[in-house]
Amino acid sequence: MSETAMAENPQPEDDLLVDVRGVDKVFKRGSETVHVLGGLDLQIPRGEFLALMGPSGSGKSTLLNLVGGLDRPTEGSITVGGQRIDKLSDRKLAGWRANHVGLVFQFYNLMPVLSARRNVELPLLLTKLSAKERRKRAELALEIVGLSHRLGHYPRQMSGGEQQRTGIARAIVTDPTLLLCDEPTGDLDRKSGDEILDLLQALNREQGKTIIMVTHDQLAADRATRTLHLDKGRLVTGMQGQGTG
Amino acid sequence: MFRSITQIFQVTRFSIASLPRRLGSSLSAMLGIAGVVAVMVGVLSIAQGIMSTMKSSAGAANVIVLRSGADTEMTSGLGGDEARLITEAPGIARDGDQVIASRELFVMINLPKRSTGTDANVPVRGVEGQADRVREGFRLVEGRMFQPGLNEVIVGVGARREFQGAALGDTLAVGSEQWPVVGVFETGGGLAESEVWVDAPVLQDAFRRGNSFQSVHATLERPGAFTEFKDALTSDPRMNVKVQTEAEYYEGQSRLLYNLITGLGTLIALIMGLGAVFGALNTMYTAVSSRTREIATLRALGFRSGPVIVSVLSESLLLALLGGIVGAGLAWMAFDGFRGSTLNFSSFSAMTFAFDVNAPLLIQGIVFALLIGFFGGLFPAIKASRTPIAHALREL
Repeated sequence: MSETAMAENPQPEDDLLVDVRGVDKVFKRGSETVHVLGGLDLQIPRGEFLALMGPSGSGKSTLLNLVGGLDRPTEGSITVGGQRIDKLSDRKLAGWRANHVGLVFQFYNLMPVLSARRNVELPLLLTKLSAKERRKRAELALEIVGLSHRLGHYPRQMSGGEQQRTGIARAIVTDPTLLLCDEPTGDLDRKSGDEILDLLQALNREQGKTIIMVTHDQLAADRATRTLHLDKGRLVTGMQGQGTG
Repeated sequence: MFRSITQIFQVTRFSIASLPRRLGSSLSAMLGIAGVVAVMVGVLSIAQGIMSTMKSSAGAANVIVLRSGADTEMTSGLGGDEARLITEAPGIARDGDQVIASRELFVMINLPKRSTGTDANVPVRGVEGQADRVREGFRLVEGRMFQPGLNEVIVGVGARREFQGAALGDTLAVGSEQWPVVGVFETGGGLAESEVWVDAPVLQDAFRRGNSFQSVHATLERPGAFTEFKDALTSDPRMNVKVQTEAEYYEGQSRLLYNLITGLGTLIALIMGLGAVFGALNTMYTAVSSRTREIATLRALGFRSGPVIVSVLSESLLLALLGGIVGAGLAWMAFDGFRGSTLNFSSFSAMTFAFDVNAPLLIQGIVFALLIGFFGGLFPAIKASRTPIAHALREL
């Protein structure tokens, strides 16, 4: 139950980044109504690396999408960084995502027609930065993920691990408050997956990024500072991971 | 505002850049639109050609006088004296004692078409000595002028091209008589090129027309003299005539045929265009479907719906533009200057003309293609912008 998550990690209000209260999410599938999330409460402090686990259909990706402003709850409120995002218009929500959220996808979701640098530069096109500044920042982000030597390469010319690192560079290039990773190692071999997890851990520890990661992989979850389990739309347990401290 | 434009530009750039990945369906939509435009431009160029032929028949300062109430030379009739009085009216250009005017009559003979061998009505015009000066651009291209009083004819280049037995040296059977072709003329593409000319008195005798005519064609001293000329004739109690500039007359003559062909061409284009819209819709739905995750990713990153709609529409419009240009180009290559003949509804005689694929028609074809592209892209664009992001991100 959600109280578990709250009780185990009480946080002062100032340190609270994500505040999910009483969230329901209902989908209509034809005439059938599917309750994906039910009365969910979740608080995530700044600087946390949270892993969300659970069986397929448990609602973990839906929760991630709600916190990232990619979807809206049927009931309840979602506040991120003091901003009530479930009340924002589509236009404002798009702007909010551009400024505050970095997204990392299981299948990388890079633009095949763009080079690594241009892919990373993509979110910066929504800012007022000059072309020169955008280029500089994109190159810095790629340097952080260890891909300085792949700036001009296209996705098809890179390995899965490199593509995912490009995806992470794209997610951090705007210096967002929150990084949301949907099974970031799900499409990678163990070695590449470990490298991605090392990178996420470093971003969390060294740059203080708050990360929420959905995963099926216990080894990946162990890198997080906290792991929450969902089942049938409800939080059932919470545990500290090895990523703590 | 600037950022919105930047977003539109960038998203559109991805959309266009990804076109080669959908080459097959894109090409098929483009060629479909090209076909529609080619047919539309081709059919409408017939109407344009007919209009051009009629317009080029009219001299700037030329007038035609018919009997009052007659709409065409076929239904007109003027007595010899009446026709003579018309040529004496003020305002007609003169060369010494000669007025630049021609009293004319008009009959039909049958000649077999070269293309099909079937008989068609060919207009034979009895003209007077100044007829060649009244027609702007008249020039003998072969042979010589007929001699007044002799059973000799000259034929227009269009008639020579379209009909058997109408070449220089051939002989036309007119009633029981044989009239040799002694010359071939052109008039700068005008209607007269479809005609056979003979001395007016010879035609009057052959068809027992006495001293009657059907029209008087004349050149005025200047275009501004028309009112003076018209007033003099219409106020003369001895005459009951209708006075028009040649431009007015031929415009009226071609209007029915022009409207018929334009209407038919537009109808065909609309029906084919509807098919092409469905083709474009299919292509763009496929394009949007194959880019669902890409579009959703852009929206997830913060790109708004507007740029997504514009990008899909731009892709559709680009395909349509290319299709329009290809179709218009094909029509121009295939049809421009192509010679054809049709029935002149006003005289029920054959008229020859050249298909006229002109700039306004090409632009019309391309605009039509863009309309097809717009409607073909609109609904897929709206779909792309409205698909829930979270749902679309899961699409493979």
